[in-house]
Amino acid sequence: MANMAQAIRMALHYAEENLGVTDVFGEDTGAPLGGVFTCTQGLKTAWNSPLDERGIIGCAMGLAFAGQRPVAEIQFVDYIFNTVDLLKLAGNTCWSSNGDWHLPMVVRSPAGSGIRGSIYHSHSFDSWATRLAGWKIVMPSNPLDAYGLLLAACKEENPVLYLEPKALLRIKGEERIPGEPADDKQLSKMIDAPLGDRSQWKPQWPALEAYVVPIGKGKTVREGDALTVVSWGRLLPICVKAADQLKEVGLSVEVIDLRSLWPYDWELVKGSIQKTRRVLFVNEDTEVTNFGEHLARRTTDELFYELWAPPRVLAGKHLPGIGLADPLEMASVPQLKDVLEAMRHAASLQP
Amino acid sequence: MSRPQPKLVKTDKAGELPLDRALLVQMHELMVKSRVLEERLIQMYKQGHGYFWIGGPGEEAFNVPLGMLVKKGRGPAYDFLHFHYRQSATLMAMGEDTVGALRQMKNTASDPYSGGRNFAGHFSKSAWNIVPVSSPIEVQYAMAPGTALAQKRHGGDAITIVTGGDAGTAEGDFASCLVWSTRPGNELPVLMVVTHNTWGISTASDTQQANRDISERGRAFGMKTKRINGNDPVESYLELQEAMAYVRKERKPFLLQADVSRLYGHSSASGANFVNAEVDCLAAFEQRLEGAGVLSRAEMDEVRKRWTEHVAAEARQVVQEPPPDGESVWNHVFWEKA
Ligand SMILES: Cc1ncc(C[n+]2csc(CCOP(=O)(O)OP(=O)(O)O)c2C)c(N)n1
Repeated sequence: MANMAQAIRMALHYAEENLGVTDVFGEDTGAPLGGVFTCTQGLKTAWNSPLDERGIIGCAMGLAFAGQRPVAEIQFVDYIFNTVDLLKLAGNTCWSSNGDWHLPMVVRSPAGSGIRGSIYHSHSFDSWATRLAGWKIVMPSNPLDAYGLLLAACKEENPVLYLEPKALLRIKGEERIPGEPADDKQLSKMIDAPLGDRSQWKPQWPALEAYVVPIGKGKTVREGDALTVVSWGRLLPICVKAADQLKEVGLSVEVIDLRSLWPYDWELVKGSIQKTRRVLFVNEDTEVTNFGEHLARRTTDELFYELWAPPRVLAGKHLPGIGLADPLEMASVPQLKDVLEAMRHAASLQP
Repeated sequence: MSRPQPKLVKTDKAGELPLDRALLVQMHELMVKSRVLEERLIQMYKQGHGYFWIGGPGEEAFNVPLGMLVKKGRGPAYDFLHFHYRQSATLMAMGEDTVGALRQMKNTASDPYSGGRNFAGHFSKSAWNIVPVSSPIEVQYAMAPGTALAQKRHGGDAITIVTGGDAGTAEGDFASCLVWSTRPGNELPVLMVVTHNTWGISTASDTQQANRDISERGRAFGMKTKRINGNDPVESYLELQEAMAYVRKERKPFLLQADVSRLYGHSSASGANFVNAEVDCLAAFEQRLEGAGVLSRAEMDEVRKRWTEHVAAEARQVVQEPPPDGESVWNHVFWEKA
């Protein structure tokens, strides 16, 4: 099966060929590198931009104004912060012009921890992003969803922020992308750029097919009845692992992959909480003014009298950064043991 | 296309108005129309028919020729316009009616630029490629290369025009525009304009930026540059025509600095009162027109009277128009396919 980086690359290829994507660009996005995580290797519309994040977002906006369909890349989401007012502007362009203009543009960026990236290659942007009204925000947790969400993003008429959990970019999927060859080695030969001289290399794209994960649709990835766990991105597979372990000791945990942070699938979340009456929101962004807090507040507002326990949030520590040394990172963002403990605790609370 | 080609006829004995008489008369009328509009907007603000005023009185001599020379339309075959908040005269010269600006001032539901959501002078008009003017200073310079890239790809002679003030050039977005529009082999058809009024809000430019001549910054990027007297509509017209012809043909950027006045201060926040110490480009132009026998004082007074009455009548109507419904805040958060 393809890994997430390959899935993204294939989705972008599909979008160039079929969805009118005109520009895949950013720092080191074009040849020869094809992105620091290889996500844009071999794409016909990929090009290298100046090292200027504000220029990248601004250029994407201009391209979108002029009827192009750009997919811009911010190399690491840690470097998106100096573009926040442009993101805000992109998000309010349709609204502030009273519907006169709209911006079909996608911004992709690798986010979160897990690669020992130290202070400036580990940050999350999920919660910050959810304050950017006018944007749609998605974050896949596996290659097939990465493919399907990126196709959905490229079809959108509004700005979409596509966050890539960088620790999962190299992880292979469990479900086949439509059109992906059966053999991983064959796929790699076809679409991974060779090491060394790449000047003559051209990818051989598989005959990919459309597969769209609608923005705003979550997915129940484990069914259970004792506790609902809602997560996304990098911590989703960790939540699944924890749920599987707890199942063996008789604790039945329902796990929802939110996939879209905005708009989000409240119907799915709500239905599950009404069934289990307990909920834990898990993500790796810092915990103060965390998006999980919004979800917990909404749970309290709308479902208070149906709950058997207070909604819980497990998130990254409110620290200025994620330190490089292993124990520092482990102490900063939730790890498997923390997730297990939080799940057990949430499930044990009694009214 | 709304681009009159000037005939280089000398209309005055001294030879200092080297443009066709009809063009001079048209330019004068558009300057008056814009000035009268801005003065009405200020009056509306002072009478409580608006929360804030910002605009372009004092920049008409540059902004009118700019609007007259725009290739106006929708999409990459036409000029894209990334405007500063002092651009009313450019819109007027493009043929826009005055009533829209009054509606935006009064933040009525009928405001054609933002439906009562944004300040005066914050225009938006997709039919003419005018992207929304927004308050954060200098962001338009970060976006301009994107529309220019689409235009270069499209072919033809359409260009991107971006305007802004002098103080704002300290922002990184100005440098972004210099870099992105001059990538070797990928130069872009951008006309970068700086209207230099020597002020930020209250901070004098010569206390903050060592480069007196902002246009010189373009030279380091191999750009064609020029600094002109933006208080002279004739010079502005001719220089804009030359700069635009270069950008249209060569598909390369041009940095044009136009020195202008700020006749009513920064905005309503600083009182919006007439400033005597600066050159009034309209008064100066009228003097020249009269001296050269192009228009008489009485004719010019008549033009002003006509526009004053027109705009006053519109304002009387606009102040009766309703604001948007509170519920409408949810409209257009996202664009939905028709
Ligand atoms: C990014 C940003 N910072 C500060 C402000 C507040 N502000 C509005 S106008 C202005 C001065 C702009 O001066 P200049 O660029 O010379 O343009 P001018 O108003 O003189 O035409 C300032 C500081 C703002 N709108 N945006």
